[in-house]
Amino acid sequence: MGKPPKKRSLADKVRKTKTSTQIKNNPFEVKINRKKFDVLGQKSKHDVGLPGVSRSKAINKRKNTLLKEFRLKNKANKFVDRRFGEYDTKMAPEDKILKRFTMERQRSQTKKDLYNLNEEEELTHYGQSLAEMEKMTDMVDSDSDSEEKGLLSAELTAAHFGGGGLLRMKTGEDGDYEEKPRSRQEIIEELILKSKQEKRERQTQKEESQELTEKLDQEWRSVQSLLAHKTPKSERKDEPDKPKMDDYDVMVRELGFEMKARPSEKLKTPEEVAREERERLQKLEADRLRRMLGEESTSKKPSHMSADDLNDGFILDTDDRKTLSYQDGQWNVDGGEEEEGEKNEEDEDDGGEEENEEGDGGDDDDDADDDEDAEDEDDHSDLDSEQGSGAEDEEGDEDKEEEAAPAKAALSEEERRAVQQAAKEELPYTFKAPESFSDLKELLLGHSVEQQRLIVERIQKCNHPSLAVGNKAKLEKLFGFLLEYVGKLATQSPPELSTINTLIPQVYSLCQLFPASACKVMQTLLSDGGHSMEEAVEVKGRAAFPGLDMLIYLKIAALLFPTSDFRHPVTTPAFLYISQALTKCPVSSLESVSAGLVLCCLAVEFVSLSKRFIPELINFLLGLLHLAVPADTCKDYCVVSPFRQQGKASKLLLLCDTESSSSWSRKPIPLTSVHRVTASTDLQRDHHRLSVLDACLDLVKRCATLYRDLPSYDQIFQPIRTLLTNHLPVQSYPPALQELQREILEAIPETPSQHSPLVFDKKKPIALKMLQPKIVEVLDYGKKRGNTKEEKERERLKHKYKKEFKGALRELRKDTRFLAQAKLSDIMSRDAERKRKVKELYGSLATQEGEWKALKRKKRK
Amino acid sequence: MAPSRENSVKQSETESCKTSSKKAINSKTQLILQSRKHANEIFDVLEFLQSDKQKEVLFAIAACQKIFCALLERGDLYVGQLPKEEEIVEGDRDADEKYHIFVRHRYNDCVELLLENTSHEVFQVKEAALCTLMKFAAAEGKHPLQKQEWSEHFNFPIELILAVVRCLLSETEDMALLISRFQEFLEMDDVRYYVMSSIRDNIAKIMDKNKQAVLPVYQTNVFTLLTNITMPSKSSDITNFLIQQETNQEDWKAVKLKEHRRAFEQMWLTFLKYKLPGGMYKKVLVILHDTIMPHMSDPTLMIDFLTAAYDVGGAVSLLALNGLFVLIHKHNLDYPDFYKKLYNLLDPSVFHVKYKARFFHLANIFLSSSHLPVYLVAAFVKRLSRLALTAPPTALLIVLPFVYNLIRRHPSCRVLIHRPSAADELCNDPYLMDEEDPTKCHALESSLWELQTLQKHYNPDVSKAAKAINEPLSRQEQDISELLELNNFELMERDLKSQVQSVPLEFDPASGLLQSTREVLGVHFSLE
Repeated sequence: MGKPPKKRSLADKVRKTKTSTQIKNNPFEVKINRKKFDVLGQKSKHDVGLPGVSRSKAINKRKNTLLKEFRLKNKANKFVDRRFGEYDTKMAPEDKILKRFTMERQRSQTKKDLYNLNEEEELTHYGQSLAEMEKMTDMVDSDSDSEEKGLLSAELTAAHFGGGGLLRMKTGEDGDYEEKPRSRQEIIEELILKSKQEKRERQTQKEESQELTEKLDQEWRSVQSLLAHKTPKSERKDEPDKPKMDDYDVMVRELGFEMKARPSEKLKTPEEVAREERERLQKLEADRLRRMLGEESTSKKPSHMSADDLNDGFILDTDDRKTLSYQDGQWNVDGGEEEEGEKNEEDEDDGGEEENEEGDGGDDDDDADDDEDAEDEDDHSDLDSEQGSGAEDEEGDEDKEEEAAPAKAALSEEERRAVQQAAKEELPYTFKAPESFSDLKELLLGHSVEQQRLIVERIQKCNHPSLAVGNKAKLEKLFGFLLEYVGKLATQSPPELSTINTLIPQVYSLCQLFPASACKVMQTLLSDGGHSMEEAVEVKGRAAFPGLDMLIYLKIAALLFPTSDFRHPVTTPAFLYISQALTKCPVSSLESVSAGLVLCCLAVEFVSLSKRFIPELINFLLGLLHLAVPADTCKDYCVVSPFRQQGKASKLLLLCDTESSSSWSRKPIPLTSVHRVTASTDLQRDHHRLSVLDACLDLVKRCATLYRDLPSYDQIFQPIRTLLTNHLPVQSYPPALQELQREILEAIPETPSQHSPLVFDKKKPIALKMLQPKIVEVLDYGKKRGNTKEEKERERLKHKYKKEFKGALRELRKDTRFLAQAKLSDIMSRDAERKRKVKELYGSLATQEGEWKALKRKKRK
Repeated sequence: MAPSRENSVKQSETESCKTSSKKAINSKTQLILQSRKHANEIFDVLEFLQSDKQKEVLFAIAACQKIFCALLERGDLYVGQLPKEEEIVEGDRDADEKYHIFVRHRYNDCVELLLENTSHEVFQVKEAALCTLMKFAAAEGKHPLQKQEWSEHFNFPIELILAVVRCLLSETEDMALLISRFQEFLEMDDVRYYVMSSIRDNIAKIMDKNKQAVLPVYQTNVFTLLTNITMPSKSSDITNFLIQQETNQEDWKAVKLKEHRRAFEQMWLTFLKYKLPGGMYKKVLVILHDTIMPHMSDPTLMIDFLTAAYDVGGAVSLLALNGLFVLIHKHNLDYPDFYKKLYNLLDPSVFHVKYKARFFHLANIFLSSSHLPVYLVAAFVKRLSRLALTAPPTALLIVLPFVYNLIRRHPSCRVLIHRPSAADELCNDPYLMDEEDPTKCHALESSLWELQTLQKHYNPDVSKAAKAINEPLSRQEQDISELLELNNFELMERDLKSQVQSVPLEFDPASGLLQSTREVLGVHFSLE
């Protein structure tokens, strides 16, 4: 890690060493490269050079890099100074020290202290841990200390301040003063002695009392367990040693015990909520099942049984130990005894239990006591729910058997049966997710509307995707089954629309959970519908209006998915389906009129936000109104497919009797009229027609307001306008309809509105072609080689490589020269040293020789 | 087990009955063919032809075929003008001749009975009878029953074919199945030729008899037979004959393609001369341009029929357009006010009829000329876009590119979507929708506000297509041929098939079926 950046930093440092400006200005240093030719506009980098400077720079550089490497050649070890900022010259020494200090502290911070919030570091005082001192373990001593404070004994002062010697000397010197009345000094000493004695006495007394209290405490503890915890108040008052608290202490205590911020209960995740919900339902289900089977409830209160009570047989599952429990802080012994009594008398027990049962329903939710109980049953809950139906059958048998039971228990029997009945009617709380449509049908059929909703809701909760792995797929399938079920409800006669209505929230929530699969299911429904209609159209040229199921699917699609989207995988096909139905399905009966009207309503609803234009809708409404026109041929407007200008069905909405309009009142048309119009008499039929016309006119009004902003508004509504003004027998209609007709005519202006002619959107003008010279980047000057771009590029790279290669070669040569020089200078210096040493040796030898010779000469003399 | 056994017993009974009748018929056939002595047995066989039992009839038909084909081959039938049966005794003829005359009479009886059987209620019987009759025709061709003198039909049994055609073209019964069986014989060129001429005669006779009233069943039969005729396109194709002529075949009419064509043309013209039932008109027009007109010797003879059809209006006119196109394109027909009529054909129903693809295909061809006057093209463009306000999305996806193509071909029409000169002046739409004459409808002074309206169409594809007018159109014309056959379901599938990453959801929680925030359905309808 450390090496490469260090090398780089070394090189950088070397490179950055600046040559002083002085050298540059020195004319002897500057070498000017004379140019042979002057080329205009040519910039040359190398016209002026500083050879000396650059050479010395290069040598320096080598010295710092190459030479060092050379010196370290064949050396295994090297010294790396890892002190922080050792090589950083930019750092001020103070900074360096500070940084090093903090780093050291950080290093001392070990990992295990990471979560220790309180003791970041141990504070000390005189080498003792402050934390230790704060604990004040030696309470008693501290007392004495506090008393000692402020008193300065002579000894103490002598010991502390070293004045003792002098004092003693004084006393020693003054030994002969004894007969003298006691000096001030003596008085003082006496005083001191006394006070010391007192102090000692006090101390011993205190120690004794403390010992006593401790002893008492210990004894008390042993006795305390024996005594009842509440002592009469009178006794307590007598206790002498209760110290009077002063305000400060009180406050300190209060602060000590004050509520500190504690971790609150964790917010539950949706999974946990779902699990709890399921557990609750499972618990409820287990309860319900037990009640349905007529078992005595055991879960609520642990029923007490005395040790010798064996008369009711051995039951493995029930916990027959006596449990200790408290109620309002009191030992719950009496209650247990009571229960014991109850147990013995069965008849009474029944009644009592039943009361319990009835109570159960209310406080199901907040029973925390029997969590364990519920958990025990969790394992079997699925099984139980499956066996539910079987159990019910058995229940019936049991009922019969029980009828034969002794007459004295008749009353309670009846009650019990009532409970069982209620339990039977009550729904199971857990459901398996249905695997097929028939499963779902079995689950739902035969239940009331509200119960069906509950069942679906519970299936959904019990199989929440966060609870188990396969649940997601199950619920996704459930959505498909539910829609199928809805379709089935809509097609049967009479259609159970209220059931569908109550199931809608469930469908919605499922859809919110799994948008993708819901989308897929809706798409298959729509494509099936569209495909069958297209086939019918291709074979016969027309098709029947979609049934109530398809209409309801369309409505559900609008409830689940946004219809205002420009393109939506569900609603766009739904639009096309409506369009297909409105253009291809001939209107031949009042039922088909209803179906068409439902589609129109849906279409208006679909576009109420987006205000998109649906030509088929306007055509169809015009056609419907045309059905109410008495005149045979109307030349000034024309209706299009699926309506005919004239034909056998063209007077479908014409009133039989104009009088019937007086008795008409506005009320919604039942959706079932899509399948069968119930009206039997002419009057009822007329009323139905009037309702249809009312709805039709209202839709026209809505369209007229929706499409107000369209440029071709007049052309779109002109046929309807002419029909309403000239042909519709409005006079024979009730006032409400006449009012509607008037409003529509007011909404559609008689004279067409004006528009400005169309122009294209304004666009940014395209720039004109310029006549400036085109500038081409020249990649290499000089010789032009190669024609294609790639070739040129290759040539350029080759050239560059050559240049680089030569440069590198030159550098290498210089390096070797430099190294040779360095080696040579090494050798030279070594030789010089050797020569110097040899010379020295010779010199010393020469002097020695000289001296010796001189000595010899002397001797000789 | 018991009933099945009973059944099997019954079956065996009927089986035995069958086998007995079969044996009887077979033995009689053998006898008849063995010697002349047993000639009277023919009566018994012929009796079986009238039996109630289907099997017996079938056996009898097979037997008849065997007997008479053999007899024809032997030359046992009287050749020439047949004397009456009563006359046999009177004239002084030898036994041989008498026998021949007798057999010939029986043969005629047999043919008559077979013709009757072609209207039998069981199809197998009909089929067998028809096949036998055609076998007879082939046999007769080889051994002609008329004197071998010169006739234009050579030795083709024209009488027999006439009778068969008469049976096929029943006035009371739909013979579609039998006619489709008969198609096999129509492959043969001589049969086809003579059938065609017999049909012509037959139509003329029957229609005149019924005072030119509409006869739906009869005309349906005729039409079925006519459509089953496939004409050869080259004279070298005429090689397949029922009866091979030995001598001077070149003179025979049935060999010449020209004669075939003439017969074909005559037949159709006779058929179309009379008033047709409603649906028939359309059916004829649908096949007219590619199966009838190319095989006529003079297609211009269809002009009267086509112009009449073109003037009917509605879908019939649309269909007549195709035939007219062929005439105009290939036969130089100069139709006065053709474009005016075409213009008036455009009404809202154009977008809803089954033949809209065909119509737009032709309209595209008619309006492809760059020499059309601008006012005319503008009138078409404006009228189409006005009508688009009532069209379903599948039609809109054709009309919008169609209109754009017209504007591309005629750049002077661009003012319809781009009129910068009067950009800020408000004006009423000067276009007159009710004006029949495209020259006077002021289309060129108008703008295509309709397309601007369609930009708010609910279908995203349509809306996108309509938004093309917001900027200059590209040069390249759009090919509308692949859009022509687009149907609603295919359009739906575009969205159903596309893979989407996320599905946006409605955020208003739904509380009930009729309780959304923008409820319209719940205002007018109730659950109960």
